[in-house]
Amino acid sequence: MSAVVRAREVLARRMILRSVAWVLLAAIVLAILSEVAGAYQDLQLATGAYYFAVLAGLTVLAGQSGQISLGQGALMAVGAYTFALLVGNEGWALVPAIVAAVVVTAVVGIPVGAAASRLRGPYLAGVTLAFAVGLPALADKFPGTFGGENGLSINPPVPPSFLGSSFPLERWEAWIALAGALVVLFALLNLTSSGVGRALRAVRDDEIAASLCGLRVGRTHTLAFVVSAGCAGLAGALLAVVLQLAEPGAFPLQLSLSLLTGVVLGGLGSLVGAIWGAALLTLLPNWANDLANSFSLSTKVSENLPLAIYGIVLIGAMILWPSGIQGGVRALIRRARGPS
Amino acid sequence: MTKFIDLTLSGISTGAVYAAVALALVLIWRATRIVNFAQGAMLMITTFIASAVISSTGSYWLGFAVALVSGLVFGAVVERVLIRPVEGAPPLNAVILTLGLYTLLVAIAGMIWGSTPRSFPAAFSLRGYDVGGTRLLFTPNDTFTVLVVIAVAVVLALLFRATSLGLQMRAAAFAPEVARLLGVRVGRMFTLGWALAAVAGALAGVLVAPAVFLGPNSFDPILISGFVAAVLGGLDSPPGAVLGGLLLGVALSYVSGYEGSSLVPLAALVILVVVLMVRPSGLFSATEERRV
Repeated sequence: MSAVVRAREVLARRMILRSVAWVLLAAIVLAILSEVAGAYQDLQLATGAYYFAVLAGLTVLAGQSGQISLGQGALMAVGAYTFALLVGNEGWALVPAIVAAVVVTAVVGIPVGAAASRLRGPYLAGVTLAFAVGLPALADKFPGTFGGENGLSINPPVPPSFLGSSFPLERWEAWIALAGALVVLFALLNLTSSGVGRALRAVRDDEIAASLCGLRVGRTHTLAFVVSAGCAGLAGALLAVVLQLAEPGAFPLQLSLSLLTGVVLGGLGSLVGAIWGAALLTLLPNWANDLANSFSLSTKVSENLPLAIYGIVLIGAMILWPSGIQGGVRALIRRARGPS
Repeated sequence: MTKFIDLTLSGISTGAVYAAVALALVLIWRATRIVNFAQGAMLMITTFIASAVISSTGSYWLGFAVALVSGLVFGAVVERVLIRPVEGAPPLNAVILTLGLYTLLVAIAGMIWGSTPRSFPAAFSLRGYDVGGTRLLFTPNDTFTVLVVIAVAVVLALLFRATSLGLQMRAAAFAPEVARLLGVRVGRMFTLGWALAAVAGALAGVLVAPAVFLGPNSFDPILISGFVAAVLGGLDSPPGAVLGGLLLGVALSYVSGYEGSSLVPLAALVILVVVLMVRPSGLFSATEERRV
């Protein structure tokens, strides 16, 4: 066995150990949080968890491969509807249905990703925008299968009996969603530090050099898209678990735009940034509501306040702070450490 | 057969609106190499302004004029204040910025006018022409729509081909440095391009509002169709945008008539992907293939 291969194996093992440690730590912290939290905060944890899942996938796409997608909201709809159909109509159990939702959404992502891999900048944005506007209309076209405007409702997940009969439903939902988010965190931590992650970054930075090194540029782009689609599918299934509903109104174009805001604000390309983004998307609607209540603004204003803030954040970030919260925090740390 | 003729005629009318939106996108792309994803929201705002003027004064034509003028000002202000800082930055920044503007404008419209769509008056009668006892699906208002859009396209073509201002705008777009050396006010030409584009957009908004009703999200599909039409025409050519718009309008009208209107956005997506895969430089352009 050559030294290079051995060194690579050691590195890989160390990376897996490190990511296992991170995920375990996060799991313990989140479990304690969900114990002390009330029903409402548990729901917020669950919401943050599925936002994290989709934002982390988008982070890999945008930051590691340099593509952006406005179609993540529509891909979440694919995951949610797959989950709702399998659980509601076919009587599948929770975990297999979630796995199937991820697989189906990833498969839907393949043709979109293959088309996207040949497109750049505004063209890619236009195609994925058309996807986000076009796909939810399918629910209207086939009301028999997808339930039309009203969507498909699902029975709430039942907490297993060994947790005790008084275990609250909201906490169980939060655990499911958080488990999904942690799986995403583990998978993506390893992916970005693996050969695949290096291939993605190489293709992002210089396509010609990457293809000279024997990387297949188109296939790498498509892979990044499929990974992000799988994450969106998981997020959609978790959303269906939490809301106990899959309906077209839950996946408007605004959802895709708010996801873009989360990723831009968190800083394109950083998984920690995806946590900031998820926290923002979860908390902002409530803050806007509180703000509107305390200033006794009309519902017209309070309903649209989060959207307005997303818009201002996107514009402001592009003009003033293009590297996001995480980039800003990094810059502050660097400054605090002083010149090295 | 009547249905086929009806669908073709109504397709030409909606196609004219797509052509106007596509013209707006093409003008901005030519000037600054940016696709303005906020175009749909900008024309939504100018149409709401027109609606307010019409309902307070009772004059349709005053509202029509106010929409165009406010579009002109709006386009210029957006370019000077928001777009100028990201010109020359990576294309992703401009994409995100225009999407942010879209989001902000939709939210502002929702705050001021609410999210329930309202009706918008038409310039002329919405009763189809009577031809030999059968009523066509083509109205005097449709005639007006098609004629106005053709007039705008002709005026723009004349501006670009036959005037010194048009020559300066083309020079600023194709070779900014050389143009600046030769004394062209390049920044001002960019602003003018955005202002003219916003006028074309405002026109499209007023023309299509009677059919789609007026709400914060009413014009999202129109923006997608306009983008597809612009790409069909090659994104760089105003005549291509008009032809692309008409072609797309007729094609989507068949889809809507024979398969149902809910498939229209998906059909637009399929056309967009096929065109980008097969002929990325657009259906009508003879120039070298561009990198998409």
